[in-house]
Amino acid sequence: MQEHILSILIFFPALAAMLGFVVQKDSAKAYGITVAGIEFFLSLWLWHIYDPMTSGMQFMEIAPLVSAFGINYMVGIDGISLFIIVLSAFFTLIGILSLTETRRVKDLIITLLFLEMTMIGVFSALDAIVFYVFWELSLVPMLYIIGAWGGPLRIYASVKFFLYTFTGSLVMLVGMLFMAYFYYQATGQWSFSLLEWYRLILPVNYQMWLFAAFFLGFAIKVPMFPFHTWLPYAHGQAPTIGSVILAAILLKMGTYAFVRFSLPLFPDATVAFMFPIAILAIIMIIYGAMVAYAQEDIKQVVAYSSISHMGVIILGTFALNVEGISGSVFLMIAHGVVSGALFLLVGVIYDRRHTKLMSEFGGLASVMPRYATIFGIMMMASVGMPLTINFVGEFLSLLGFYKQSHSYTLVAGTAIIVGAIYMLSAYKKAFFGPVTKEENKNLKDLNKTELYGLVPLVVIAIWLGVYPKPVLEPINNSVEAIVQLMHDKAQTPEAKKRIPNLANTGTMNSVSEVH
Amino acid sequence: MLAPVTVSLASLNIMTLAPMLIAIIGALVILSIDLFKGGLHKSLYVMVSLLFLMLDLGSVVDFGGLFLRNGTILGMFDVMLIDGLAILAQVIIVAGSMLFIPLALTSKRFHEYNYPEYFALFLFMIAGFQFMVSTDNLIMVFIGLEMASLALYTLIALHNRSKSFEAAVKYFTMGALAAGFFAFGAMILYAITGSVEINQIALALAKDEYVNIGYVLLGVTFLLAAFGFKLSMVPFHTWTPDIYEGSSAALAGYMSIVPKIAGFVVAMRLFEFLVHSGVVWLQVVLYVVVVVTMTASNIWALVQSDVKRMLAYSSISHAGFVMAAILIGSTQSNTGLFLYWALFSFTNLGAFSMLWVNRQKDLIAGQSSDHPYEKFSGLIRTMPVAAVVMALFMLSLAGVPPFALFWGKMYMIGSAISGGYTVLALIMALNSAIAAYYYLKLIVFMFMKEPLPAYGSKYLINASLSLKTIIGIAAIGTIFGVLAVNPLLKVITLFVYNSGY
Repeated sequence: MQEHILSILIFFPALAAMLGFVVQKDSAKAYGITVAGIEFFLSLWLWHIYDPMTSGMQFMEIAPLVSAFGINYMVGIDGISLFIIVLSAFFTLIGILSLTETRRVKDLIITLLFLEMTMIGVFSALDAIVFYVFWELSLVPMLYIIGAWGGPLRIYASVKFFLYTFTGSLVMLVGMLFMAYFYYQATGQWSFSLLEWYRLILPVNYQMWLFAAFFLGFAIKVPMFPFHTWLPYAHGQAPTIGSVILAAILLKMGTYAFVRFSLPLFPDATVAFMFPIAILAIIMIIYGAMVAYAQEDIKQVVAYSSISHMGVIILGTFALNVEGISGSVFLMIAHGVVSGALFLLVGVIYDRRHTKLMSEFGGLASVMPRYATIFGIMMMASVGMPLTINFVGEFLSLLGFYKQSHSYTLVAGTAIIVGAIYMLSAYKKAFFGPVTKEENKNLKDLNKTELYGLVPLVVIAIWLGVYPKPVLEPINNSVEAIVQLMHDKAQTPEAKKRIPNLANTGTMNSVSEVH
Repeated sequence: MLAPVTVSLASLNIMTLAPMLIAIIGALVILSIDLFKGGLHKSLYVMVSLLFLMLDLGSVVDFGGLFLRNGTILGMFDVMLIDGLAILAQVIIVAGSMLFIPLALTSKRFHEYNYPEYFALFLFMIAGFQFMVSTDNLIMVFIGLEMASLALYTLIALHNRSKSFEAAVKYFTMGALAAGFFAFGAMILYAITGSVEINQIALALAKDEYVNIGYVLLGVTFLLAAFGFKLSMVPFHTWTPDIYEGSSAALAGYMSIVPKIAGFVVAMRLFEFLVHSGVVWLQVVLYVVVVVTMTASNIWALVQSDVKRMLAYSSISHAGFVMAAILIGSTQSNTGLFLYWALFSFTNLGAFSMLWVNRQKDLIAGQSSDHPYEKFSGLIRTMPVAAVVMALFMLSLAGVPPFALFWGKMYMIGSAISGGYTVLALIMALNSAIAAYYYLKLIVFMFMKEPLPAYGSKYLINASLSLKTIIGIAAIGTIFGVLAVNPLLKVITLFVYNSGY
């Protein structure tokens, strides 16, 4: 069973979803919790049997799919993907657990389970086409969740989300086919295997074009400025569960793909594009924060803060050294926990008041003390207070980029501090001061179900903030392998200089070359 | 005095006619059954047709084995040419027809299925298409094309609504024009090369090094126009949506698949050598036609308010997409064409069958056409399984993996890349994104809107067990198409490569 743990993780939710059609609709939620619980347990077991000292891929499975065209079903994980998988399973469980939706719950649960399959599939795929399959397939359940359970503009928001991402991905598909063709030219074999692509050294001008093609697909998903316009709509219209999964997991697909594809496949192009992308990332950080400050809807504040934080992740990734990349991978997980929790919290108040406007609230701290406390902790984590989970990631990301450029990092670092303003001011508007509205005086504090969902998140946010080692160490080991691979593959002197050499720890070698 | 011509029977190789003859005999058997006892139920004719189609398929597959052992088979003074392309195309034609014919077993009664002639014409049409693909003689192509088309016009008209008559007449007029173009084009090629066989024409043109390039271009222009009509390439596509709307949904689905594969094969035989011999003008024109067909029809499809018309435009777009294979002209792209079409036939036939099951006899008040988008509103509430299956077909048509058509799309774009057509590959990919919008529109109606009570009783009104079976087969083919891709690719590559394309 251990050898097939990844396939089980991927397909168990899908199978359960199909059987779920039979389950009677009042029992659907319990069914969903059971399945997601088993899945989460399996993911924890995966973490348990994962060997943190190895840097390469583990639990690999290969089965031919379209062997005439070099496509194999190939999955495997390393430290980078392990925790995002655990996070996906965790958030599906939390999401279903704290589900308050009453309309067509059964459909929603089945959709969520299918979505879980695609998420875990994306993060464990090692074949480009398999990756692409899950990547695209994840759009469909999300389209349905936003479109069927969302707010008044839900159809516009869901279709925009789908088309935007789908367009970018198709350009990426062309890039993948090109990559496979170059591999075919170099070796005479069609292959979409990522591990085999890693060994291919491409001429720099090819790298530039391919980097651009992949970039479009990933950047729209992240979403990077200026491709971010779908995100506020999607978050604004999505039901709570949709926002939670979208912010916590789906956005991470883009940044994860940068680490998995763009960096090791095109090291020279990555170095060439490093500063333009860093500028985009800094714009994301500043612009996201400023727009968040201007929002009146508390959910939009969290949505724009996501854009801002994703900017830090991108900055860390493109630091191209171990600190930066490890930090950004850690921040992916941290941001998943924190933004997921914030969206859950916004959902809680929305369920009670059916509004998300901050002007409608005020003084909630005295009416709902437990709610205010948890919101406060999560907000502090979101602005990156030391000893919370985000701090570790943000600090490492900035530290990494500091090695590349002092001035950029200074701007980004200041922007993050300034960014704290919008969170604090939002918190002040909603929670402090006198209770002005009559409706707010009798609001109920968090109930048991909601606490079940939120308390674990608080525990994680603090635990990993204080002691990040169990997560950071496996990430670090795998990132080192990637950085070394990039250094070995780099051809331009600029790239050799920018990407550090870890020769004493690295083991992977480049084999073939294409011209 | 002329010496008497003696021909030995063995040299004729009459066996090459077997697949078509089986279909023709089937048609005659159906007619003679009617002669002895009239008024029999349509189920009899459906099953008889199905039996003969099975025999037909069997003989084609038999030829497949023969081809792999001995290479191309010639017969009837080299008029018949059974090579890999012919065999693959015939398999798609006959298998597509076998999926289509049970759609006649609706639970509502329809005028056309009461006539045994309907089924006889249907089999004649199949024989026509089979003739068309298994020859490289332009006269034989013409005969096959006309035999099939004349039968098809009648099949459309038999649907017995004023719109169907309109469609049939329109199709007939356009078809006659196309036939004229074809005759002109073939005549010009004959005039400059002295042959009507494509391989002879190619040899003759190569021998005199294209001195008559002006005439060649003129002839090719006529032929291109003829195939433009038959394959509904923009700007010769204008008949398509009207005719699809006028015919029954089942027949419209059939028309979007089977006649086109026959057209593609002839176009492949004819244009391939011209593209490869460096007739730059043809390359440019084909490039433009392919891009415009894909893009323009996608944009027209965006604004349709009727699902059937939307699917009509979408099938034009798919045809344009596949036509790119002929432009690229590598073994990989030609393999991609057959792979794409095999997968497309499942998905598209499924989509049209889903329309066929809710064909109403009368429109309700305020309904503008047979299948407006509103009809599908909130289907997930009223008929969840139907909605999921329809969504499946839509996603597959849009090219969302892992459903069947994605693999065809991927392989075609891949062949464009290895053929050096980078820009074309990007255009093909982006067109899939445009197309996603109108397929999504139906999904939005089905999954995200409230049901309209007026249509509640109209859905599945026409569904019988055999229709559901066909839809089930199409759905299974669409979902598990990924498992069939590898064996299909291997077989198709083998056949295409051994035919020299």
